[in-house]
Order: sequence, then C-alpha cells, then structure tokens
Amino acid sequence: MEIIYTDVLVIGGGLAGQRAAIGARRRGLDVTILSLVPAKRSHSAAAQGGMQASLGNCLGGSGDNEDLHFADTVRGSDWGADQEVVRMFTHTAPKAIREMAAWGVPWSRVRQGPHSITEDGEQKTITEPAAAHGLIDSRNFGGTAKWRACYVADGTGHAMLYAMSNQAIAAGIPVHERLEAIALICDGERCCGAVVRNLMTGALSAYMARATCIATGGFGRIYRVSTNAVINEGMGAAIALETGIARLGNMEAVQFHPTGIFPAGILVTEGCRGDGGLLLDGAEHRFMPGYEPEKRELASRDVVSRRMEEHIAAGHGATTRFGDHLWLDIRLLGAEHIDGKLREVKEICQYFLGIDPSRELIPVRPAQHYSMGGIRTDHNCHSRELRGLFAVGEAACWDMHGFNRLGGNSVAETVVAGMIAGESIADFCASADGSIQLATNLANDALSAQAAQLTAIADSTGNESAVELTKLMQETMTDKVGIFRRGESLQQAVQTLLELQRRSAGVRLRSSASGANPELVAAYRLPRMLKLALCVTHGALMRCESRGAHYREDYPQRDDAQWLRRTLASWPDADDTLPTLDYEALDIHRMELPPGWRGYGTKDSIDHPSTAIRETEIAQLIANYPEADRYQRQNLLMPFHHLLPPGFRGRNQRLEDTE
Amino acid sequence: MNTIPLNQARTLTLRILRHNPTDPDSEPRLQDFQVEETDAMTLFVALNIVREEQDPSLQFDFVCRAGICGSCGMLINGRPALACRTLTRDLGDTVVLAPLPGFALIGDLSVDTGKWMRGMSERLETWIHAEGLETKNLDAIEDAMDPELAEQLYELERCIECGCCVAACGTMQMREEFVGAVGLNQIARFQLDPRDTRSDSDYYELIGDDSGVFGCMTLLGCDDMCPKQLPLATQIAFLRRRMAAV
Repeated sequence: MEIIYTDVLVIGGGLAGQRAAIGARRRGLDVTILSLVPAKRSHSAAAQGGMQASLGNCLGGSGDNEDLHFADTVRGSDWGADQEVVRMFTHTAPKAIREMAAWGVPWSRVRQGPHSITEDGEQKTITEPAAAHGLIDSRNFGGTAKWRACYVADGTGHAMLYAMSNQAIAAGIPVHERLEAIALICDGERCCGAVVRNLMTGALSAYMARATCIATGGFGRIYRVSTNAVINEGMGAAIALETGIARLGNMEAVQFHPTGIFPAGILVTEGCRGDGGLLLDGAEHRFMPGYEPEKRELASRDVVSRRMEEHIAAGHGATTRFGDHLWLDIRLLGAEHIDGKLREVKEICQYFLGIDPSRELIPVRPAQHYSMGGIRTDHNCHSRELRGLFAVGEAACWDMHGFNRLGGNSVAETVVAGMIAGESIADFCASADGSIQLATNLANDALSAQAAQLTAIADSTGNESAVELTKLMQETMTDKVGIFRRGESLQQAVQTLLELQRRSAGVRLRSSASGANPELVAAYRLPRMLKLALCVTHGALMRCESRGAHYREDYPQRDDAQWLRRTLASWPDADDTLPTLDYEALDIHRMELPPGWRGYGTKDSIDHPSTAIRETEIAQLIANYPEADRYQRQNLLMPFHHLLPPGFRGRNQRLEDTE
Repeated sequence: MNTIPLNQARTLTLRILRHNPTDPDSEPRLQDFQVEETDAMTLFVALNIVREEQDPSLQFDFVCRAGICGSCGMLINGRPALACRTLTRDLGDTVVLAPLPGFALIGDLSVDTGKWMRGMSERLETWIHAEGLETKNLDAIEDAMDPELAEQLYELERCIECGCCVAACGTMQMREEFVGAVGLNQIARFQLDPRDTRSDSDYYELIGDDSGVFGCMTLLGCDDMCPKQLPLATQIAFLRRRMAAV
C-alpha cells in the first residue's frame, strides 16, 4: 500500500480548500489537494446569486461598511455566531472580492445613469452616479440592510471557482481527483494525514501530512429533499468525528432554502427575490407582507422558509399529486433582466420544468440547503481538540453563521476562511508543533484498519441494502428533523436512526465488481452519514428552544438564559451509538452586539441577565468617548484585528473615502 | 404540477455501453435495462433507478444534477449532451447511452474529463497573467472595468468543461493533441480580458498551429452541441483571424 508525503493535505477542491491551498503554497509549503471530483465540478459552482462584501459601490449599497455587514450577520445568526469571527469575516470580505477581481472574476459592474428596478412589486427608476461606473456592482439579498451581494449574473460561484482553480493550476498545486479520504490518521494527539480510497480503482493509500485541512462542504444529502449536489454527504465532518477527538459544532443548525424548485429541490437563487421577485400562494396571492411587514420576501431564509411552510399548512398551497407548493413570480422583472442576470434560473426552469419564467410561475418549496454546523475550529480555522487538523468553509463551524446563515455569506466565507487558513496552516507548519515524526507504522496501521473494514463489508452475509437504508435515513430527516421540530418526533427520529445504525451492520453487497464499485461506496458512507444524522437529530432534541433555523414548536421562544450555548458533538468510542454532547457558552460580556430582536421574525425571546448589563456597559463606553470614530468605537467594544493574519489588517477603502 | 403532462406510462429501454477497464475479463458490450417512466423523469433519475434496483455496479458521473457542473456529459442516442437535464419525455422508447469519446474511460458511462481539462489548462495557461498578483494591495478600491466588457467575459466564461465539444469534434478524431473548442474558447476569454497582460504573439505560441486554432476544420460540431450555447465557432473564427495577423 502506497504512502504519499506532503506538507499540507487539503481534502476538498472547492473554493475554500483551493484558497487555503494557494495561501499555504505561497508560503513555500508543498500542498496536495484531494477531491472527489474534478475541482471545477465542486459544489461551490452552484452558488448562484452572489457573495456578500460591503463594497458600497452601487446606489443600493451606498453607505455600506463592515459595521452594517457585521450587524446583519449577527442578527441573521440569531446571536449564535462567534462575533469576533464575524468581525474577522466582514473585515476581510472586501479584500477577498478584490483579490478575486484581480484573479479574473468578471464581476458584474455598476453602469452609470438611470436604471429601472423592481422593488416591493413596483417599478422604479434609480440613477447610478458616474463615480461608481465600472466598479463592482451588488444586488439585494435577504436579511441585509444594504445591497451587498456582489455577483456575476447568476453564475457567481461558477465564475469564482474557475478563477480560483486556474490560480491553483498556475501555482502548480496538484489536485488528486476522484479520491476520497475515508479516515484521518491520528497518533492520539495530532492529525498526521488521511487514509484515502481511489474511486476509480478502489486502491487504498495513505497521505501523511504536517497539516490536514478539511474543506469537503456540507452534509445536505442526509436529507431527502436538498439543493445540495450528490457529493455533499458530509464525509469530511464524519471522518473528523470518527477520530473520537475532534468535535462538531451546532450540527442541529440546518438551513432550508425558501426556493428549491418543486419537487426536484434544485436551487433557484435568492437573487430572484433580491431583484424584486415575489412569493405567491396557491391562489396567486402575495402572502409574505402579511407575515413579515418589515422585510417581506427578504427576511432571513429561516424566517421565510418557516412562513412558507406555515402558509402551506394553513391550506394555502398549490396542490399537486406530489404534494403542495408555492409559487415564485419573477415575471414582473421582465425578459431582458431574466435573460441577462438570471439566466441560470431561466435554463433550470426551461430544462427541468419546461417553463419560461418570464411568462410563467415557478413552483417552489423550501429544501435543505446548508449546514451551519461542522468541524469546530478556533479563530485560525484550527481544530480546538485535534492539533494539525484544520477545517474551512461549510465543513467547518468557524462559527460566523450561528443558527442561520445569510444568503451570499457562505461563498464569501469560503474565500475569506481560505485566506485565513492558508496563513494559519503555514504558521503552524513553521512552529515547533508543525513537524511530525514520519511514523510509517502509524500509516500502515490506519491503512490496515480501513482495509479490514472494507473487506468486512464485502464479505458480509447480511441481507440489508445500503441504498434502501440511506433512503430511510433521508426520509426520516426530511420528515422529522426539518423546518418544524417537536420533541416527540425528534425522539422517534433518533430511534429510527439507531435502528438504521443497527441494521447498517448487516449491509451486503450484490456486486463484487472490481474498481470503483459504487455499491461499496454507498455501503461505507452509510454508517458515517448516520453518525452525522444522529448528531443533528440528538442535538436538535436536546436543544429546548428555537433559534434561527432550529425551530421547536414545543419551545417556540429563543431562550438566551438557557441556550446561548454552542452544541459540541463528539464520538469518543467507536462502539458508542449516540454522540456525546457538550456545550460551550457564548459570553455576552464580550459581545459587541448583545442579543436583541432581529428586525424580522418573532419578537418573543427569553433574555439572559447579562444582556442588560452588557448593554449598559456598551452605552457607557460609547458615552465616555464621544469623539471616537466608527473604527475606534468598534475597537473599544470588541477588538479583533489582532486575530487576523498581519497582511489582512488594513482598512478597506471605499468610494466615499475618495470623495 | 399542472405544467407537466401526465399519462405517459411508458417502459423505457436504456441501452448502455458497458465496460470495466479494471476487470481484465470485461469486454465492451451493450446492455439493456427497462425502466418505468415517471413524470418529469430525467436521465439522472432513470440511471439512478437502474443502479439502485438492477445493477449496482453501473458507473456514471453526476454532481450537481442541475446542469451547472458539467460532470454528466455522455452520448445520448449518439449526441453529446448533459444527462442530468435531459428529460426522458423528449426521447424515444429506446435510449442508447455511451461514454463521451475523446477521454480516458473510467468505466461504463464515466470518463476522465478532469485529467484532460487540467492538461489543457496547463498547456494553454488558462489563468490571468499579470505582475504582482501576490503583492496586490487588497485594501484599495478595485480597478474599474467597462460593464459591457464584464458581461462579454462572463458570456465566454459560462463554459462548464463538460467535454461535449471535444466529443463532437471532427479534428479531435484525427489529432489527439488538439486543444478543442473548450481550450480555444478559454484563450478567447483571456485575450479579451484587459487584466491579462499577454500579447497576441504570446497566444500565438500557445495556439498558432494545427493542434490549436489552425487545426479546426469548421465542422461546427462544438457549436451545435455546446449545452451552454457558447458562440464557439465565432470565437474560433475570431482567434484564427487574429492569429493569422501575428
């Protein structure tokens, strides 16, 4: 069995993994990327609508800055986010977008002069100033105070992924394609690489590395209805969990996107609503203003998805033989706008629904979309428990999204976290901890253990089918661990998943085909997906409150007094059937923005006693320094620049600074 | 869903070219599978049903299943296309599926487009060539770009490297080293981009021969088969004129 050595092993070839790889490579390290698929096919390509960064170039973005982006993100997270991380993120996002511009992303640009726009169902004319002409444009998205989503028509992720991949190729970074990391190699204290299976030949090998970075995206495929690509099965998070050391944060925080096309669950971008599209019910009545007068169709995704399901449950959906759905109406935007800025949406409607969205309504219903949870890291994207293991992007719980992510913040996170991780991986490798003993027996033991597991599956004489058990898991998750959750149904879901876990030991293969063997792949992924499903479900059952995307009908209030805590799931013993849950408190006394009302959704929450104290403290601090500008004021409340790599600490320049 | 016609109870025959190159005993052969058609069925759905219910060893590639990642290019009744967004209702009762020609076969309908595309990208250096990218001041306001130019660049950048143009190309059948419409389109994209400092003579070094722009016989297979409707023939003609002038 082959052993390959590299300084840095990046598992996952999407935006986050490739940016981290480029950063580490620039610092002189030898970097290898593993990817299930050719890197340019990664799920990052599916981000359509935009990337949030407070450039403030266009009229709708005028006056935008890091402070507003910070506040929107924290409110969006329902105060579940790490506010220092949100500051690091909002500060670095403009740099990320400018770097991507230099690398060739053809960002849509501001055009000076009058434009017709659609807002709240009305046509309006706005006039873009000459000074902004040719600078990066942005569009409106849910849960934001400004037009902040920078975009490339509705192929933003695609354009970014191609520019990123091309830079990685230019840097000579090898991408070992169609390889799957099936276990991490640990010496009990630190991560030393991974055991890897070749998806074309079935061969196993070991990659030994000083630093290992997981960037494998989310785990949407544990649900039946998901916008995620079929490769998003969460294997990166699962193998981290299986070390028994690394922990997963907030796994119960799962986002459902309001506009998956019905019934296939294929995403149509939030940009449809950002650009002025409306949600209609079965009677073609616009229902969102009745629920959310402040933000209407553009409240945060958790709120809009919940309102949609509420409206369907009240009997207002359009009924079909596949079930009920609602309508997305973008007809009012006009064919010219759709042909130019929503052309992927148009293609999707054309090919999958056989309709023209400039003339017909799009059937939509919320679908699983994003995993806020993932491998818990520190500010430097480094696992807190397992040294040498880093995680970035959707696979990580860095934790800038808390319990609900804002649209356009994920694609921004991939690049920003990649930039930061690239530096911190290089710093780690340069430190005393960064060297490893080349223990080939460690690699051989890990390889043998995995080989034995695969042989056991291939030789199993049970009578279970991996495909069938996977489907049962997906049904359970969609039916019982979805947008509305209750104690009893979560308890039933845990029982079902435990039963599936027990049955998964009896999976038998029908085919003994050599090489890729897709059936074997399904068989070895199943128990790992079940572990993730149990982390989500058990975490959801234990969290007796509603926060962001986690909504408990039996505990409808956000409960800061009891639950301003991050869930940490671990799997210390391979024979355990349930994850071990621990909790990490969020400290209100260190928050720049103490918990409050989000500006949309319900106002009903249980306060933490520290909130009022911190509010007084903040008012005092601000009163003591009446002369402070916004940077100084921010620094008084929650300093964060010291957490950033030195190269990313500079102030972001904007158009208004030059006037 | 009232937009999808009902009552199409057909039994489809999927006639699939099977071969597993890792198995020394495997001989390429056509194998028939029967699938009950359902409403709005795509080849993504149909192939998964075959694998789940009839033959677990069947190999094919899907990632996004939404027509944006380019993984599932295959020959559908002899024409290269994306399987995920091909509705079975647009096809006859028997559908012949084969892997894309021009790429190394991994097994059945799965081919190694990734390796080919990476090779093309390295050879044509499909990235922005500019001084000082590593030291660029990221705090400063970005350079302005003409909005129409940005849109033109995106037009060409919509390529998803699915390989359909390569499979549809007559020149590829004769010249293995031909860079294909996918490669030439990317050169056209960087040539148009003012951020890339390469000159026409630099591009000539990359594509100024029979394996590049002068190899194209203008059979237009690429242009006809591109699932993203990229203006490939126009781009090749444009590049040929520019390269002839170098």
